[in-house]
Amino acid sequence: MLRMNHISKEFPGVKALNDVSLTVENGDIMALVGENGAGKSTLMKILSGAYEMDEGELWIDDEKIENPTPAKMIEKGVAVIYQELMLLPHLSVAENIYNGRYPKNKYGKIDYKKMNADAKAVLDKLHLPVDPEEKVVNLSVARRQMVEIGKALSKDAKIIVLDEPTAVLADSELEGLFNLVRALSKEGISFVYISHRLKEVFELCNKVTILKDGCFVESGPVEDYDTDKLVARMVGRVMTDIYPEREHVIGETVLKVENLNREGVLHDISFELHRGEILGFAGLAGAGRTETLRAIIGADPYEKGEITYFGKKVKFGTIKEAVDAGIGMVPEERKLQGLHLKHNMIFNMTLPKLSKYSDKFGTISPKQEKKVADEYVDLLQIRPFNSEIITTNMSGGNQQKVVLAKWLASDCKVLFVDEPTRGVDVGAKREIYEILNSLLKEGLSILMVSSELPELIGTCDRICVMNSGRITGVLERGEFTEEKIMSYATMEV
Amino acid sequence: MDTQKNEILKKMKSMGVFWALVVLFLVGCIASPQFLKAGNMINVARQISINGIIALAMTFVCLIGGVDLSVGSQVAVYAIIMATMMKNNISPFLAIPAAFATAMLIGFLNGLGVSKGKLAPFIMTLGSMTALRGLAKYISNGSPQSWRNTDINIKFIGQGYVGFIPFPVIIFIILFLAAFYTLKYTSFGRSVYSVGDNKEAARLNGINVPRTQLICFILTAFGSFVSALVLTSKLSSADPTAGDGYELTALSMCYIGGISTMGGVGSITGTLIGACLLTVLSNIMNLVGINSYMQNIVQGLIVIIAVLLGGLGGLKRKKKA
Ligand SMILES: Nc1ncnc2c1ncn2[C@@H]1O[C@H](COP(=O)(O)OP(=O)(O)OP(=O)(O)O)[C@@H](O)[C@H]1O
Ligand SMILES: [Mg+2]
Repeated sequence: MLRMNHISKEFPGVKALNDVSLTVENGDIMALVGENGAGKSTLMKILSGAYEMDEGELWIDDEKIENPTPAKMIEKGVAVIYQELMLLPHLSVAENIYNGRYPKNKYGKIDYKKMNADAKAVLDKLHLPVDPEEKVVNLSVARRQMVEIGKALSKDAKIIVLDEPTAVLADSELEGLFNLVRALSKEGISFVYISHRLKEVFELCNKVTILKDGCFVESGPVEDYDTDKLVARMVGRVMTDIYPEREHVIGETVLKVENLNREGVLHDISFELHRGEILGFAGLAGAGRTETLRAIIGADPYEKGEITYFGKKVKFGTIKEAVDAGIGMVPEERKLQGLHLKHNMIFNMTLPKLSKYSDKFGTISPKQEKKVADEYVDLLQIRPFNSEIITTNMSGGNQQKVVLAKWLASDCKVLFVDEPTRGVDVGAKREIYEILNSLLKEGLSILMVSSELPELIGTCDRICVMNSGRITGVLERGEFTEEKIMSYATMEV
Repeated sequence: MDTQKNEILKKMKSMGVFWALVVLFLVGCIASPQFLKAGNMINVARQISINGIIALAMTFVCLIGGVDLSVGSQVAVYAIIMATMMKNNISPFLAIPAAFATAMLIGFLNGLGVSKGKLAPFIMTLGSMTALRGLAKYISNGSPQSWRNTDINIKFIGQGYVGFIPFPVIIFIILFLAAFYTLKYTSFGRSVYSVGDNKEAARLNGINVPRTQLICFILTAFGSFVSALVLTSKLSSADPTAGDGYELTALSMCYIGGISTMGGVGSITGTLIGACLLTVLSNIMNLVGINSYMQNIVQGLIVIIAVLLGGLGGLKRKKKA
């Protein structure tokens, strides 16, 4: 059993946690929910020993833990699986599971045979058909996540924390993970489960704890809640529909892609994007959705195919050309591809279009920059409300908002968004959709890749479904259903 | 209020080395009556400029996460080119542009190796450092080159004064302001920080990463050229061993000033403070007569201590955080 009592934690300028308590019984699957920046990850980092708490107590099975450090907490059976997976991609599955504690023979040489056999036993227990000698890079994200859980189990973890595990998974990949969590909880292992997808909370968890602005709101069995009540407690007000209404005024073709081919990755991709339209791309992980976007903007090469942009044939050789032509790209991995983590929000938001903040001699006006950045902080409710915060110190969802704000501030004509609301809370999601709507009305066009089907169904005008690098079906707004999308996404090609 | 608190914290951190400089200054005043005399101060300023010009350029390369080891050898090459030409009675109006053109070419090649050739800056410039030192010796046949022709008078660049301020100091101030402006107020400056912080994100923001890298290496070549010009005109001669160790001095100044070896963070003001700190230190040691071997030991330790203190400051805050 885990008890965290009256925990407080302050960062310079931010009170991240204020007298928060959390109790998890053996075999519980406890949902931890709250808006972006509510303090969920911070609480879990205190549990793992990564951060020191300012005040509070930590108890595991009636033992008070003094001065928790990462090593001590691992020994006590705590494992935290962070949102950014920590596996080493070029090592094998077995090497990852036993990283840092390789079994050795009596001469100190690593005993690979034993290690692989042990790893195999762990994987079998999880019913995971993975070869322990396989390199981690070759596994899907879903499989990697399960390997992380296997690693935790091999360390005899009793309390496993999953921080937004499904943000990187497609809906269809959830089942395996959920079954695994349920099975382990029956054996008495406790879980803390953080997610912004509330549907999963009801599907998987038996209890829920709600945080808001670093404070404890309430805790109780899941049966006491429905989505509306949960959202109301999280955001502090009642929210009806997260997908706002909009007028669909669709204009001329702005981007036309014909027979785009990239050896082994993309096959005969053709589609048209119109002014004022959101065109969705659905599919399983690895279907080629991100690769399609990357080929168009010149991030990846392609062998064959024609792209017409505002009536002109184009082939963007570098991303710079695409950006100069008015295409923005919100990438899939905000930390690796989206943000400059050593810099503040202002730096990040103004970077793609500095000319907007410069005079005719090219002198940038920091005042002007700050003004615009502050506007977006306000508009997207980015927390903390301070555009001079270095982005590495921000919560995941708020970082995502910064990446979006950057392109919203850059006056693009076409916006490519790859998993735009990954890790963003419900309240902010609606704000983001509203902003996208107002931009669509002004004539922006959007290509949206998303693994969340409700998001695609709620926002898109048309959806292209992909499988194995091919478009297997195109659906019009009237005919969207999850079943139809899934049937195209899994269609043999 | 939170904003203010953050601002102050940030200031304090960047001020750390500054306070060290202030303390050192006071130590200087106490240690030697000569220290504060106008003559000595002007001398210090001149010394800061000569070493600092390259450090200013090096700041750009460090900010993109690189390093240019070849600057010292570059100084020798440009100095030898100018001196050899003028020794043969070629007008400085030809000799100086010739050296300048060579500098642009060498900077371009270094930059090309890094940006297109995808070589690690350390490797690329390690190679060019050795090769260029060889080139300087080859051109001069290994011996110093000096000119006697009194028609050629470019002494002003290295030795002249404007009012009571040495001309190299003026050059340094102009270059400092230009660098300050570029890093803070131009989109090129932003590209430099952005490439140093996260190349992939920079690329997705439409930043031309190879071009940014290329320009940074052209800047260090330019810095080396200016330094060579000041040096040669001051001495009316050039030595193929000139500039030896300049790369290390320049790097020390950058790192003492708080530029991250990984790139992405730091400021040109930091480099200026780093340059002042190192120069004032060696001036004081000269004044009180500490022997030069001992001086080297102290200078080396100062680099380690300064960076350690900067890092500890960061660590401490993280822990408290
Ligand atoms: N290392 C840090 N330094 C300074 N502030 C931090 C640091 N880590 C987190 N914070 C701040 O603490 C607050 C809580 O952040 P936390 O990451 O716990 O939020 P979260 O609930 O996990 O949000 P999300 O749903 O967006 O992931 C935020 O305001 C954040 O900016
Ligand atoms: Mg988080």
